[in-house]
Amino acid sequence: MVDITPADGIPPAEVAEVELYHPHSWWTKYVFSQDAKVIAVQYSATATAIGLVALVLSWLMRLQLGFPGTFDFITPEAYYQFITMHGMIMVIYLLTALFLGGFGNYLIPLMVGARDMVFPYVNMLSYWIYLLAVLVLVSSFFAPGGPTGAGWTLYPPQAIMSGTPGGQDWGIILMLSSLILFIIGFTMGGLNYVVTVLQGRTRGMTMMRLPLTVWGIFTATVMALLAFPALFVASVMMLLDRVLGTSFFMPAISEMGEQLQHNGGSPILFQHLFWFFGHPEVYIVALPAFGIVSDLISTHARKNIFGYRMMVWAIVGIGALSFVVWAHHMYVSGMHPYFGFFFATTTLIIAIPTAIKVYNWVLTLWRGDIHLTIPMLFALAFIVTFVNGGLTGLFLGNVVVDVPLSDTMFVVAHFHMVMGVAPILVVFGAIYHWYPKVTGRMLHETLGRFHFWVTFLGAYLIFFPMHYLGLMGVPRRYAELTDMTIMTESAHHLNSFISVMAFIVGFAQMVFLFNLIWSIRHGREAGGNPWRATTLEWQTPQTPPAHGNFGKDLPIVYRWAYDYSVPGAKEDFIPQNMPGSFGPSREPA
Amino acid sequence: MSVILVFLLVIAGFAGWWLSHQRLMTKPWLEQGLAGDFVGLDRSALPTAKIGLGVFLAVVGCLFALFTSAYFMRMAVSDWQPLPLPRLLWLNTGVLVLSSVALQCTSVAARRGQIDTVRLGLATAGLTALAFLVGQFMAWRQLTADGYFLASNPANSFFYLITGMHGLHVLGGLVGLGRTTTSAWTGARPERLRLGVELCAMYWHFLLFVWLAIFALLAGWAATFIDICRELLT
Repeated sequence: MVDITPADGIPPAEVAEVELYHPHSWWTKYVFSQDAKVIAVQYSATATAIGLVALVLSWLMRLQLGFPGTFDFITPEAYYQFITMHGMIMVIYLLTALFLGGFGNYLIPLMVGARDMVFPYVNMLSYWIYLLAVLVLVSSFFAPGGPTGAGWTLYPPQAIMSGTPGGQDWGIILMLSSLILFIIGFTMGGLNYVVTVLQGRTRGMTMMRLPLTVWGIFTATVMALLAFPALFVASVMMLLDRVLGTSFFMPAISEMGEQLQHNGGSPILFQHLFWFFGHPEVYIVALPAFGIVSDLISTHARKNIFGYRMMVWAIVGIGALSFVVWAHHMYVSGMHPYFGFFFATTTLIIAIPTAIKVYNWVLTLWRGDIHLTIPMLFALAFIVTFVNGGLTGLFLGNVVVDVPLSDTMFVVAHFHMVMGVAPILVVFGAIYHWYPKVTGRMLHETLGRFHFWVTFLGAYLIFFPMHYLGLMGVPRRYAELTDMTIMTESAHHLNSFISVMAFIVGFAQMVFLFNLIWSIRHGREAGGNPWRATTLEWQTPQTPPAHGNFGKDLPIVYRWAYDYSVPGAKEDFIPQNMPGSFGPSREPA
Repeated sequence: MSVILVFLLVIAGFAGWWLSHQRLMTKPWLEQGLAGDFVGLDRSALPTAKIGLGVFLAVVGCLFALFTSAYFMRMAVSDWQPLPLPRLLWLNTGVLVLSSVALQCTSVAARRGQIDTVRLGLATAGLTALAFLVGQFMAWRQLTADGYFLASNPANSFFYLITGMHGLHVLGGLVGLGRTTTSAWTGARPERLRLGVELCAMYWHFLLFVWLAIFALLAGWAATFIDICRELLT
């Protein structure tokens, strides 16, 4: 090993102290708090609450699909509202908010060795605007006409016409306003996450010593800052089309035999804008998951991450590539065949950095000291699920295969596997991993294992059969399938089976929620570093970390984040802030 | 979508330049000890607030690049009828340039510690920016009086949308400028005041640049320019 400590001793940590805001009352400490850790918990709680709504909506959809005609209250209109709100909530208000607002806020300052985010006030504002966005979204359930039923992609012209639920009522207006608010709030938070990684790192914490979790969240945030404006532009323009009668997206069209005042607008323009946001969004959710899972695997296999540099390059590469693949969502929009060819090529090229990551996770596990803790179980489940979902991505990335599969249940199965189940598994793994740091107590082990196995196996029993339904030609977004010739009796049975499984998996999430709440008081005491991990958040003087995170002096970083099982070291992990050289002396190659 | 892709290419170039200074080829597993002595690896010497504003301006730039992309794509449809720009916009442009120049002078004065000049400069910049907003509003009024309504043609819709969006950003900037101006009068620490003034100047120059770009776009010069580029490429 090369010791690069300067010969004349260690210079003092010349990190300018952040001007910390000190709370004076209960309100500023727990409600209008500027502490990133409190904001993280607020973000997570809000995202979970709205996520529960989306879970219930998925149950209602499965009731209709599994047992058509049994439930009178699920009209076709209601069904469309359920699928729209389920999709939108899960993708944006749950996953994006949880990964970046929740984990980003909690982990970035702790992992880079900062006292707080660099702009705490703006950070607080970010949460409150997010909450406002959620409230506006929820209010659409109670508005006349109910929420919008335009599908989560909100394609015009149908999104703002009277045939679609909420199209000529309040639904679509509230949806678009909520999105605009969300983007404003997110931009405020995102500035913090990026600039804190750039400027908040403690002494010795170079970019190439950052844990991969931070790299993942950092890159995803940069992408989100550049991608969300596209959704913002699309939302503002559609809002003007709907409210003030402009024709950005609305072509000349008649409704109920009546010519509307719109003229000449381009629905394809909306699709371009939407997917210019929508595709990076997949990786905005996936990259934090990639980063977190790398740390979980390394910690729980007691082995350094394999190919750290490659992992960093792959994260950056995926982030850049994801901006030039958006039109693969639009193969059936009548695009020029050469465009389709171009976007199919860029789509398949993303498989290279992604495959590098998967190989590196597997090689990290290879001959590691694998502890099958709950976080590790979720991490392993993620790898399998992500590979599965990624493989069907190869089908859909190719134009000739995508065209017949487009708008079938195959697509639903694909994106649920790759950006629904896979990131959620990481969210669970990460919660089991960091819950002891947030609360000081462990989550209940048996309940956790129950939660894992039911969620993991159940998710496969839900989404695997959907691939077959899709290959049979069963379309997505149809409220009523009973009279179609492709819906054989066995297909109906499969649908009922999927629905039953969806209820069981949903029930397991209630067990998880119970565990989260119960363990705050009754969980086993965790101590400061229960997983014997190296990264800085486990080295805080108090658990849960106090305001200011690190006590009087900020930690100084002497090594990378993955010194596990180093030969010659006393323990099988060396914290990042421990000075000294360990291991057999090796010259750099 | 070519405009936004070119914009992102610029951002990617900048990000690549920054990444290339982060020793991406290093082997962190072989290096123990304090790595903070490599030049440029720690935080940047620039004030954090400036970097934050820089990132924010990249986001704002992205927003206007996307509006421009949408503008060109919608323009290709046959119902597009360009609207005559009010002559008032030239005056407004001049006022906004004046505002930017005033802030530039203010930031020079702040560096030299001339508090009276700073106060004068901030007040001038604020008033001229307000005058710009009023001017933009008058231009809107003029257009509606001549029968160019928001919904009557996509060219009109884009005109109101893009100028409105730019105006909102100026308005937001005025909040920041207002805070800096108050602190100049209530006697803030000189280095804080200087930073505030510099941040305002940076934002103002950026908004002026955006305004010049969208003025060129709305007047149709940008389309001519793109056409020439297209001719050269094919």
